[in-house]
Amino acid sequence: MSEDTRTGITDAARSFGITPEDYMLPARDLIQMVDPEGRLLGAGPGPEPGHDYPVPADEDLLEAYRRLVVGRRINDQNSALVRQGRMAVYPSSHGQEACQVAVAACLEEGDWLFPTYRDTVAVISRGVPPVEAMTVFRGDWHGGYHPGKHKVGIQSTPLTTQLLHAVGAAHAARLRGEDTVVVALCGDGATSEGDFHEALNFAAVFHLPVIFFVQNNQYAISVPLARQTVAPSLAHKAVGYGMAGERVDGNDLVALLAVLERGVRLVRGGAGPLLVEAQTYRIQAHTNADDATRYREDAEVQEWLAKDPVKRMRSYLTGRGLLADELQARFEQEAEQVAAELRNGLNQEITPDPQDLFAHVYTVPTPQLDEQSAQLAEELIREEAS
Amino acid sequence: MSTRQTTSPDAGSVDAVETAVDAARESTTRAGGAGIPGPRPESPVAPVPPGPVTMAKALNAALADALAADAGVVVFGEDVGTLGGVFRITDGLAARFGTERCFDTPLAESGIAGMSVGMAINGMRPVIEMQFDAFAYPAFEQIASHVAKMRNRTRGAVAMPIVIRIPYAGGIGGVEHHCDSSEAYYAHTPGLKVVTPATVTDAYLLLRAAIDSDDPVIFMEPKKLYFAKDRVDLDALKEQYESGDGPRAALESGGAAVARTGTDATLIAYGPSLPTAMAAAAAAQEEGRSLEVVDVRTIVPFDDATVAASVAKTSRAVVITEETGFASVAAEITARVQQRCFHSLAAPVLRVTGFDIPYPAPKLEHHFLPSVDRILDAVDDLQWED
Repeated sequence: MSEDTRTGITDAARSFGITPEDYMLPARDLIQMVDPEGRLLGAGPGPEPGHDYPVPADEDLLEAYRRLVVGRRINDQNSALVRQGRMAVYPSSHGQEACQVAVAACLEEGDWLFPTYRDTVAVISRGVPPVEAMTVFRGDWHGGYHPGKHKVGIQSTPLTTQLLHAVGAAHAARLRGEDTVVVALCGDGATSEGDFHEALNFAAVFHLPVIFFVQNNQYAISVPLARQTVAPSLAHKAVGYGMAGERVDGNDLVALLAVLERGVRLVRGGAGPLLVEAQTYRIQAHTNADDATRYREDAEVQEWLAKDPVKRMRSYLTGRGLLADELQARFEQEAEQVAAELRNGLNQEITPDPQDLFAHVYTVPTPQLDEQSAQLAEELIREEAS
Repeated sequence: MSTRQTTSPDAGSVDAVETAVDAARESTTRAGGAGIPGPRPESPVAPVPPGPVTMAKALNAALADALAADAGVVVFGEDVGTLGGVFRITDGLAARFGTERCFDTPLAESGIAGMSVGMAINGMRPVIEMQFDAFAYPAFEQIASHVAKMRNRTRGAVAMPIVIRIPYAGGIGGVEHHCDSSEAYYAHTPGLKVVTPATVTDAYLLLRAAIDSDDPVIFMEPKKLYFAKDRVDLDALKEQYESGDGPRAALESGGAAVARTGTDATLIAYGPSLPTAMAAAAAAQEEGRSLEVVDVRTIVPFDDATVAASVAKTSRAVVITEETGFASVAAEITARVQQRCFHSLAAPVLRVTGFDIPYPAPKLEHHFLPSVDRILDAVDDLQWED
């Protein structure tokens, strides 16, 4: 361990009055603050030192809930567009929206987010225009937004590779003396990939301000968590790298905000990287091409539907008198606007320019690509003539 | 085929390599299409001729000069810091530029490559070292899926100005996984440029150009030539590089060079095979055959113009590479020459490559490597009697 690594972890541990080892270990139980019925949980067995999270401020809760309402609508609208044949595929995060929006809500403008292909809601919640975020699924290009402009890595399908990009982005910021925090997203299946290990280890060794946020939705397509790991939890993997881990109820927006906001603060302050596991559930199939009935029981889905993050947060906020009908209506109206934007954008017939195929492979097309581009141009002229 | 008893250099011998490199240097013309000018004629006012410089030293100087020229350049990998690299290519860089600009990473090649992607996304210009050819394979997903494709995926919004230095090829009596000629894997991947120097001068100029390129460059260093020497003035080379744009142009549109002029046939080679080709041309001269030697230098982008012009002139060609021949760069070059020079050819284009076998053990590698005899046998087979 380098000096700053030791100091960062020791300082964080000391601020909670616990040992560095206890700081690295996740809490004995899942961090949960609001139950599925929307009731704030009481003291129970008593919070462990270092794992005692205060309820976030009311305005933060409402802002996150606004994002949640919009996020659910984005998922449902996109799934509908797939059913209507407007897009070939959409990997929905229905059921995981609390994770999606909490992660976007806790970042500052200069921070970076590195998402997976299932994190469209997080990408849009972070500020990427909805139609730009959906370009990849519309099928006219592999990506539609400018990563540097929004500080969001481009979504793509390789598993776990983006965790190392997050490490690199954080290290670049560090070299320039910027206090950037980087959040890298992945799923439970990705924790089996070699890049998960390499990314966590690099982040820990270089003591980088990265939060690895794992949405454990219980399945990697059809393969359940039990076939990925027999660790006590995914969060426990942090200890092996010398970083802190925490596991949180991924359908409890209040707990997610509490854990992530504190995490961002600690990480920005030099405590080193953090691994957060959110336990949630992919309510829908992997994609529309998948048949989830082949590998899981409906009863299990129903059980998770009862823990729905949107319903839970709405009950909680209503119960506390923070969410009047008028405010709820305003959030829903905003969600409808985003849905309309998606429908309008994705219903447009986009005709990509075939010559773009050669335009971005290199800074300047090679002579060989120029030849191939001329060949295609000629084919197109012949095609048009016939 | 005839059996020859020439005094051809053993490919593994440093003396032989130096002889061949001297031959390359002493050739009168290195005129490529968009090629790099050869070493400047010595100025009559310079009283002291430049001393011998190894390719390793030239690469080291190129890295140092690039670090000095651009604050965004960072060098990292395994053992590149304190040790200065297992081949000493990064010797002294950490001491001179600090451990933030030149640093060791954990031992994980995918991690190194993935981190470089994130650093490039966030504005840096990483130069990473893969310790050996076969040790780069764990990084292949990051290289093929992200380094090569990020620019295209983002329609040019995100550049990947990354140089991946790979010591490659055999002839050093190395173990099985230290001797691969892996260039075809990278050359087959659109979005990457693949460059390999054969002379001390080119090592400096091409590496500088690779680091300045906004496209990712796989920079393949023939390890058997690391300690080959040439009389080169590194300060003059630096000035030459910084005041011109020849090497940068070579990386944009291809930069083969005529390493030796001749009239009867063209030997096409690069990197580790160039000295062998030069030695073969020298031996052929004694037999009364005038062979031209073309040094490919940039495998991608390939300089069709320079290669085809030479073969059109000589009417015969042999392509020489150390790689296994099946589905190789040599196969691609052969096809391109055949297609472009069909009407000028007096004989089919032949190839001298490694056999289609795993790299041999040290005591057998001389049977595998292209040798002067094997090249001259191929030249004999170019249908001289027809």
